[in-house]
Amino acid sequence: MLPIVWGKEPKLEFFFQYLVAGITYGTIYAIVAIGFNIIYNATGIINFAQGEFVMLGGMTAVTLNQFLPLPLAILGAVVITMIVGAVIEIVFIRWLHKPSVLRMVIITIGISILIRETALHIWGESVRALPYFTGSSTSSINLGGVYISSQILWVVGVGALAVAALSGFFNLTMLGRQMRACSANRDAARLCGIDAGNMVTLSFVLSAAIGAIGGAVVCPITYVQYDSGTPLAIKGFTVAILGGLGNSTAAVGAGMILGILESFSIWVLPTAYKEAISIAILLLILFVKPSGLFGSAEAARLKEF
Amino acid sequence: MLRIKNLESGYGRLKVLKKVTMHIGAGEIVTIIGANGAGKTSLLRTISGLIRARSGEILFDLQEIGALPPEKIVFLGCSMVPEGRQVFAPMTVRENILLGAYPQYRKRRGDAVRDDFERIYGIFPRLKERERQLAGTLSGGEQQMLAIARALMARPKLIMMDEPSMGLAPLIIKDIFAIVTRLREEGNTVLLVEQNAKAALGIADRGYVLETGRIIMEGTAEDLLSNREVQRAYLGRDLDAEGRM
Repeated sequence: MLPIVWGKEPKLEFFFQYLVAGITYGTIYAIVAIGFNIIYNATGIINFAQGEFVMLGGMTAVTLNQFLPLPLAILGAVVITMIVGAVIEIVFIRWLHKPSVLRMVIITIGISILIRETALHIWGESVRALPYFTGSSTSSINLGGVYISSQILWVVGVGALAVAALSGFFNLTMLGRQMRACSANRDAARLCGIDAGNMVTLSFVLSAAIGAIGGAVVCPITYVQYDSGTPLAIKGFTVAILGGLGNSTAAVGAGMILGILESFSIWVLPTAYKEAISIAILLLILFVKPSGLFGSAEAARLKEF
Repeated sequence: MLRIKNLESGYGRLKVLKKVTMHIGAGEIVTIIGANGAGKTSLLRTISGLIRARSGEILFDLQEIGALPPEKIVFLGCSMVPEGRQVFAPMTVRENILLGAYPQYRKRRGDAVRDDFERIYGIFPRLKERERQLAGTLSGGEQQMLAIARALMARPKLIMMDEPSMGLAPLIIKDIFAIVTRLREEGNTVLLVEQNAKAALGIADRGYVLETGRIIMEGTAEDLLSNREVQRAYLGRDLDAEGRM
């Protein structure tokens, strides 16, 4: 759980503590969901190995941190995970000619198992963590009676920065526009001279990068283990669906909703039920409004899913 | 400029084009007319590289392009305005046009793009008015203009248009054909595929008639317009009825 130092006064401070915890987890979920969305937009497939990118980011950063300073270790971890993303696309995805959705689901699940087992061989079963970026695990910052750990600010700050940087990339750079063009209309993009295959590789690289950044920044709080990607992938998938597949702005909102719901659920439900919340939401949204909270039914129909 | 010899292509086992031979000279408007399903679109998709040619040769500026992917062919100067316009709907009009200029950027001629924008907005003032609008919200005619503008931004030597009049109101079709004529006057070469044979032959220099994947007739636009066979099959004139009168 989050290292929250409980304030003395009840009620309102409690409320904010829960809120802060919810926002922190919401940020992580949103980051994973955005990773899903990047690949979904470029290829129309769900990459179920997305959680493994987060795990790899955390694990690699911890290992590199043994002989490198923290910022370099994180940078190295992100670069390595990006390479893994590129290799996955080039080896497993690129040569497929118009694969069916089911085939892609099975392939990406296979990749996730492969990465997890490889991680088990490399790192074993031990639970690891990076040190807190600033302060320590017991220090906290007092924000008007609410005590929060400095790492929470790092998670939320880096998450917000990553979202802003991605949005800038997609909307302001030629490369980002090329990726959007490919996802809007692949043939038309190729007729503009855009290499659609490279755009798909790039989407895996970007998605791996944002996953790894997320993994590195949260691992001081949540710790990381060879199999910690899977539950994150489920939460991230829930958030991506909740917001509407492909819509990254909505994913941030949906991430906050899930994070905060989970956090406040502890108030009224036994802690064990916390994990059930995301599954319940996932099922509910798939039954009731598969296009997501913020997506229009029309947009959902346009996507080939 | 473009020389096609015994071209065959198709989808899977289905052979759509059979021994198609044709050519286009620089500065010409050449039209391919034919009924639905004759293979007009397949022909353009094969030239542009979206479908791989099975046999035969496609020479563009004396270079064999039959085995190249579409993104390479665009770089050589052969652009296509696809059937049904295919604009990038969730992107703005300006972004659509900008993406058309991608080959220019790759050729390190990004400085010229600003001038090209001026030129394009000169031809299509409507697109300048709607610069910031999402392409998907434009009317059909405006989307067609946008698709043409996007293709022009690559400064193609040859521009191929697939059914630019499809689904448009007669007045707008007139505008679009006026633009095609204007493009030729500015020195462009145009390959125009149309079901609207009368309008297409009206502005073209030469034409080919495609039927079930074969070229069954070719000639100057005037010859084809006055050909009885063409008139009956594609221009909708009932000659027998006229003869009785």
